[in-house]
Amino acid sequence: MIAEIGLYALILAFLMAASQTFFGLAGAGTRRLRWMAVTRPAAFGQLFFMALSYGCLTDLFVTSNYSVRYVAKYSNALMPFFYRVAGVWGAHEGSMMLWMLVLALWTALVAVFSRKLPVVFANRVLGVLGAIACGFFLFTLITSNPFVRLLPPALHGGTLNPILEDPLLVIHPPMLYMGYVGLSVAFAFAVAALIGGRMDAAWARWTRPWTLAAWIFLTVGIVLGSFWSYYELGWGGWWFWDPVENASFMPWLVATALIHSLAVSEKRGAFKSWTALLAIAGFSLSLLGTFLVRSGVLISIHAFAMDPRRGMFILVLLGVMSALALAVYIWRAPLLWEDGGGFRFLSRETLILCNNILLVTGAAAVFIGTIYPLFIEVFGLGRLSVGPPYFDHVFIPIMFPLFVLIGIGPYLGWKSGSLRALFRRLWIPALLWLLAALLLLFLASDSHWPLMTWLGVLFGSWVLLTAFVEPLRRLWLRFRGEPVRLPSGVLGMSLAHFGVGVIILGITVSTTLGVWRDMPLKPGQSYRMAGFRYRFDAIGPARGRNWTGVRATFSIFHQGRLFAVVHPEKRHFFPDGGTTTNAAIVGGGLHDLFVSLGNPLGREKWSLRFRYEPMVIFVWLGGLLMALGGLLALADRRYRIALEVHPFLPIEEAPKPRDPVEEESS
Amino acid sequence: MKKRSRYLIGAIPLVLATGLLVVLWAGLSHQPSIIPSPLIGRLAPPLTLPRLAHPDREVTPMVFRNHVTLLNVWASWCVSCQYEHPTLLWLKRHGVRILGLDYKDHRIPALAYLKKYGNPYVKVAYDRRGLATINWGVYGTPETFVVGPHGHIRYKYVGPIPLSVARRTILPLVHRLRLDESVS
Repeated sequence: MIAEIGLYALILAFLMAASQTFFGLAGAGTRRLRWMAVTRPAAFGQLFFMALSYGCLTDLFVTSNYSVRYVAKYSNALMPFFYRVAGVWGAHEGSMMLWMLVLALWTALVAVFSRKLPVVFANRVLGVLGAIACGFFLFTLITSNPFVRLLPPALHGGTLNPILEDPLLVIHPPMLYMGYVGLSVAFAFAVAALIGGRMDAAWARWTRPWTLAAWIFLTVGIVLGSFWSYYELGWGGWWFWDPVENASFMPWLVATALIHSLAVSEKRGAFKSWTALLAIAGFSLSLLGTFLVRSGVLISIHAFAMDPRRGMFILVLLGVMSALALAVYIWRAPLLWEDGGGFRFLSRETLILCNNILLVTGAAAVFIGTIYPLFIEVFGLGRLSVGPPYFDHVFIPIMFPLFVLIGIGPYLGWKSGSLRALFRRLWIPALLWLLAALLLLFLASDSHWPLMTWLGVLFGSWVLLTAFVEPLRRLWLRFRGEPVRLPSGVLGMSLAHFGVGVIILGITVSTTLGVWRDMPLKPGQSYRMAGFRYRFDAIGPARGRNWTGVRATFSIFHQGRLFAVVHPEKRHFFPDGGTTTNAAIVGGGLHDLFVSLGNPLGREKWSLRFRYEPMVIFVWLGGLLMALGGLLALADRRYRIALEVHPFLPIEEAPKPRDPVEEESS
Repeated sequence: MKKRSRYLIGAIPLVLATGLLVVLWAGLSHQPSIIPSPLIGRLAPPLTLPRLAHPDREVTPMVFRNHVTLLNVWASWCVSCQYEHPTLLWLKRHGVRILGLDYKDHRIPALAYLKKYGNPYVKVAYDRRGLATINWGVYGTPETFVVGPHGHIRYKYVGPIPLSVARRTILPLVHRLRLDESVS
């Protein structure tokens, strides 16, 4: 019964989305207020029925109703309650449900917060969002209905992939989906503005907070995923250039570029056509990510559904959406060429342009690496895989100039900056940076650092030292009694840039100075690595609610004193099997020590892997700082004031919103 | 700039995207599994290996004589093999004789795998280091060969066999080979 209610609710949600699309787009096209009045309620209805449907599926999971095929396959009464709730999105059908729930949520949020937008424009945005939702509803209803009954019902449930049974992984997909789907809002704003034939500063200002919000979720999602793979996959490493990781990284790079180019579009009215293109590309890339994951075109550990029919459907969806958006772009883009708002070579615009070029080039490099094996195969040139060395050699050099620009960009004026002003702002951090570099050279001269370590530390410290110059300058001026504001947007930007510096340090130090060794040991033996002594004390059986396994005990000594006692584990999950290696990690500060348990080698020996990872925590810390910076920027008062435009004026006649924070920094 | 050239420039993204979509489409419908093997039509390379369950006994090239045999290369660590497993069981139920070749594996997990998922094989040859299979051109698991009663390789499939291929291609081929070749 519950399953049928869920299915009906899903169908109703689809109908809601369909009417939202029709009345949104057709209503805006014909300027009929009565039609347009339907759009918003339809969006709320979509959210309501989608939530109902999703709730039904969750209920089936919690009560372990094995007469539903999807539940029988992936839920198990032995799983803790928490994982039965989270198990809903553990496999393909449920994760599509989550995707649509998130989309419905974003749509409803847009419906709430667009009341102050010009009504025609808001309707177009909601219409485009509805069209995207329709595509996904059709996809789910046709190819992956989670409510299909299983007759006769199964006696036992299956299991989730045990590797996925982890609290972090429970929040990782929703975060990532909030990000992916959030980019659909930027996409919808861009397409709606293109249809309207006008992209002005107001459009950029409305888009900015939504893009920023999506970007924050995407950042947090990627950080969580990377952290999870570090401690759960069991063999260390936090980024593998796996196709699915790339699928989340490409939209992130494009979204980052988009945030910056939106700033130019808003403040200076330039780059508008480019910004629209980025918005379209960002969401198309997240659809592409879905396609790559779902279709099994590129095999990876993340691919749960290898079904060519589903792949075909998503591909068609991706094709139709991006082709339509790009067609609108061709139709309207020439109109956007008129006003560029000229700028000199030495200006913030130029630097943001460079930033965009670098980020998009980086995304393209990742894209090529991800898709290249497929090209090779399609053209019958054999099969190959592109490994981390490619990405390390191609992607990282592209990022270095970006790190230099991060330190300069915010301090160059809009339109035309002067070297003198730049120097006035940057001489202190530049001097500090030189001093720090000299000090480092002196201290680390006999430590034989590889070149990459030097480069990374120098670039990273440059970013760190320049990040907070602007807020500090403003605080100083305020201290001197001048009426200078410190909007949270500026603070957020500084914090996010600081986060980049932290990430650079973390990545550089952990990858170039980390050590790992595989070492067979038997209980009683010790091993010494990177200044720590690991003593293998004991090994014995262990069990949990739905697993049995072995657990080892290690004492770690540092300079003769006991540093920590750790318990790496190996778990075998029942009833369906599957093994996870739960590495023991201690540290969390400047260095992580990492012991993971391999296989028995006979005669009491076990294969073991020891890792010493200095400063690896900085990688995720930096990511979180970036997200936090985004959050601060989102809290900027400006976005709320900017929305107060008369609701019934069509966008073409909207008065230019007042800018409370005039370009103070120029 | 002229308006026409603006439209042309604006069209670049669409052209690029279309090209990409075509490649993705091709990738989706592309069957990596039907790469022709130079071995097809030739005599099967020699295969002498210990058996998985009985290390003291051997599988010899004689196994192919007088039977149409499916040689399936698998391993307990191979996830795609698990996808394929029901298909193999289905083929066994339809009277196909399947010879397993356990590739770069360990005995204990391999036997546990067969116990857990069912054993579709008449015998399993055990190639601990994957050396004997080099002559067969095997570069991954699963891979499947159809060997005729005179020891000729007739068909090769790379990757997990979908049930549809088993039903439409492999089973009819096995029947045909039985009729065609065993008469002589």
